[in-house]
Amino acid sequence: MITIENLHKSFGKQEVLKGVSLKFQSPGITAILGPNGSGKTTLIKSILGMALPGQGTIRFQGQDIKGGWAYRRQIDYLPQIARFPENLTVQELLRMIQDLRGGQPDAEPLIRLFALQPHLGNRLGNLSGGTRQKVNLVLAMMYDSPVLILDEPTSGLDPVATQRLKELLRQEKEKGKYILVTTHIMSFVEEMADEVVFLLEGHVHFRGGLQELKEKYGASSLERAIARILEEGELGFSSNGHGEKAAQLVLRGA
Amino acid sequence: MFKILKYSFYDLTRSRWLYIYGAFYLLLSASLLWLGGGLSKAIISLMNIILVLVPLIATMFGVMYYYNSREFTELLLAQPIRRSHIFFGQYLGVACSLAISLLLGVGLPFVLYGIFSSSEIWNFSILLLVGLFLSFIFSAIAFFIALRNENRIKGFGLAILVWLFFAVIYDGLFLLALSMFSDYPLERFAIGASLFNPIDLSRILILLKLDISALMGYTGAVIQNFMGTVLGMACSLGVLLLWVALPAWGIKRVAVRKDF
Repeated sequence: MITIENLHKSFGKQEVLKGVSLKFQSPGITAILGPNGSGKTTLIKSILGMALPGQGTIRFQGQDIKGGWAYRRQIDYLPQIARFPENLTVQELLRMIQDLRGGQPDAEPLIRLFALQPHLGNRLGNLSGGTRQKVNLVLAMMYDSPVLILDEPTSGLDPVATQRLKELLRQEKEKGKYILVTTHIMSFVEEMADEVVFLLEGHVHFRGGLQELKEKYGASSLERAIARILEEGELGFSSNGHGEKAAQLVLRGA
Repeated sequence: MFKILKYSFYDLTRSRWLYIYGAFYLLLSASLLWLGGGLSKAIISLMNIILVLVPLIATMFGVMYYYNSREFTELLLAQPIRRSHIFFGQYLGVACSLAISLLLGVGLPFVLYGIFSSSEIWNFSILLLVGLFLSFIFSAIAFFIALRNENRIKGFGLAILVWLFFAVIYDGLFLLALSMFSDYPLERFAIGASLFNPIDLSRILILLKLDISALMGYTGAVIQNFMGTVLGMACSLGVLLLWVALPAWGIKRVAVRKDF
């Protein structure tokens, strides 16, 4: 579905991606992990054509996405930070995106799922962070596209909404979709992900199943495995047990 | 692209600045017509104001709208829409709403005063046409500058500087050159130099129409000879069109290569 070859990207002097090659060939949930600034969001934005690669190619269903736009019809994207035009109401925003994108979206079940009915007439500028994130989720998931890219979907959500999101993602997975998720919540990964991609300093450091990751690093939990990776990497963490704590700090996000 | 134009336009019609802008022209034209006495006097006074104010407002609106609609833009970029359409849609939304404000604000009082049954109709049309051109030109320049500068303060400063250059500094340099080299024939230089400034070009276009080019002396006569003809007129309008096309092309170029 998506093939990334030798992707390089830098912003000014800062090299964010240093030759990432990835293939997404089978449906399921892939968690993209990595400390802050490891290039997760840049990778996602490159797939969407929002950030333009310095080097390398990205193919979507075999076609180079360079200069393309129609392929985005097949991708539903949840941005990391829910930023909307402040003047619009939720209802107007939903209608606008539907009008711009066309097709046959179905927002109703999602609105009910996240209990957004009372907020439909409110201006987006007046919504709380969690409610914004719910609107963000409805916008991203109201289309039934084969690829779903979620950048930190759980941020700001209360436990009930998080549970419902997980349930929803399971259903989407059942439909045979490709789902890419970045997150810092390890329990979310252990519960949901079929596969993990670990980005470290602009490289793919590890890719494989959860079990494989744990075995490779001889760890009993995902958190420990990640800690080992960070200890191995030349991040300056000493290997006297502080690594795990540092990894937790890094993964929870500053 | 038209859908984005529609939403940008819709978004802008909610901003009260657009109404204030339109109302200002309404008030100004009405008072010039009914208190100042006479159509041609009103047109000349209005010309001096339009030539400075339209570029300034278009510049500010263009920059402000770009920076204020960042969220909207980011939302659109993830949708299956061509990049250039997103930015052209937004630009045209700004330019069209400014143009309509100007058209209604200046047009209504003149229509009520009876411009259609007057011989000044052509002079007035050229004034409006020039105003529309300047709206499109300067909002495009502003959009281009904003697109190139992530930093709002810098973008704003640069855009205002460009306006200042065309509205004030350019004329100063132009006059300086004319007086320094007054011993040489400067007619060709004068014509050439005015083409490089859309505000000057607009001013000359209107002045020639108003038949007061005699006030500009010998250079004025030469310019009249060139631009007073149909060919000259077509040339000047063509150059104004080029002034719209150039920054618009710049917008496309930057938009296609920019990271978000």
